Amino acid sequence: MANQNDNIEAEIVSVLEERVPAGTQITPQARIARDLGLDSVAVMDFVMDIEDHFDISIPLDRIAEVETVEDLTRAVEALLKDKG
Amino acid sequence: MSIFAKFDDIRTAFNALTDVGRNPFGIRFDEILSPTEAVLDGRPILLFGTNNYLGLTFDQAAIDASIDAIRQAGTGTTGSRIANGTYAGHAELERQIADFFGKRSAMVFTTGYQANLGLISTVAGKGDHLLIDADSHASIYDACKLSAAEIIRFRHNDPADLARRLRRLEGLPGSRIIVTEGLFSMLGDTAPLREIAAVKREMGAYLIVDEAHSMGVMGKHGRGLAEVAGVEADVDFIVGTFSKSLGAIGGFAVSDLPDFDLLRVVCRPYMFTASLPPSIVASVTASLKRIATDNLLGARVQANSRRLHNGLAQAGFDIGPEANPVCAIRIADTELAIRFWNALVEGGVYLNLALPPATPASLSLIRSSVSAAHTEAQIDRAVSIIAYIGQQLGVLSENASRIAMPAAE
Repeated sequence: MANQNDNIEAEIVSVLEERVPAGTQITPQARIARDLGLDSVAVMDFVMDIEDHFDISIPLDRIAEVETVEDLTRAVEALLKDKG
Repeated sequence: MSIFAKFDDIRTAFNALTDVGRNPFGIRFDEILSPTEAVLDGRPILLFGTNNYLGLTFDQAAIDASIDAIRQAGTGTTGSRIANGTYAGHAELERQIADFFGKRSAMVFTTGYQANLGLISTVAGKGDHLLIDADSHASIYDACKLSAAEIIRFRHNDPADLARRLRRLEGLPGSRIIVTEGLFSMLGDTAPLREIAAVKREMGAYLIVDEAHSMGVMGKHGRGLAEVAGVEADVDFIVGTFSKSLGAIGGFAVSDLPDFDLLRVVCRPYMFTASLPPSIVASVTASLKRIATDNLLGARVQANSRRLHNGLAQAGFDIGPEANPVCAIRIADTELAIRFWNALVEGGVYLNLALPPATPASLSLIRSSVSAAHTEAQIDRAVSIIAYIGQQLGVLSENASRIAMPAAE
């Protein structure tokens, strides 16, 4: 499980790297809006990239609970599990 | 710590904005002279940012009807429809709106914002799935917050993405409700409604279309984008407003669904607010009658839209491809957009400044709305001023041919 989680996180980071300034340090604890310089619309666009990447839809209330890369990893993991 | 500390980021951005010039969110006209002219700081200014698409705010029949209604029924209803009663005018207006759209039922709300808030949050309940265009108006997003349904955003104007998201829901219980807008208020682009309606039919979803900016403006009979796209039968609910083409305030929803009137006893933003005053109901009823019978108004706003769009495109501005009454100059540099907007106000043209995050794709926008009441001379003058100042400030490339500032009138 931990292994799958690591993969999800690595994939999220790779999608995120395309949206943040080159060289930005992305850690699991990085807060997506506050630390990575994305405004609220850019965050929502990034979330859509993540949804496409994993072929899931992340409902708005779940997005509202996400602050860090780690939170997003957990949300994606849970949705992938629901999908089966 | 101040209770307002949570807005520190906003305060910083707002201060940076007002350091440069006027407060774009606090502009105060001395006087409104007509649908197209006002006085600002003692000087005349052309209005190109009002949403007054048909110019009916000074329509004589609407004004007369409004005054008569105040004398007959008073200044306000002092209560809500369910607790304090419906006036004959409310019922008559609802009948007329339903007839205008050729639908079975209509419900009037106190504002357009409340129409979206009420309809969307109520029809989408727990276990249902709301699928909204990502560029939806704030009233649609706020409706989502009030709704117990699951909220999924689809990519702006992308029916394939919508279909993909609906397919991901396969096997889950609950209704699917798609929400989009006819004419989007920021960039002035229109939804691919024919394709969205096809997805709706294929996937067995419901469809809500907000025609706030397109009613009276688009379609042969002014019924909005659904009329243009030929999909009125597929739209389960049309939402709209009285504050734009109808020149007053208020909102509505229309539908053919037999149980629609149940909403009157379950829709909280309808039930727990005061109803529209008689004067507003009367002017809206008069203006609705006008747009139902006067096809020239719609034709004139369309022609004026093309004139402004062509003028700005020829000057070299970055605007969208569609010539609609909303036309937005896109500027990547926020600081430049703010200076441009200030210089335009000083130059005698009022437009709207829209900044991220209220705009799509982090763009800054100088947004204009055209009216049927604008004369060709007013449009040409506005285009000349916008082009001259745009060139002075470097919004237009220096390669463009030199543009002269038009002489004062």
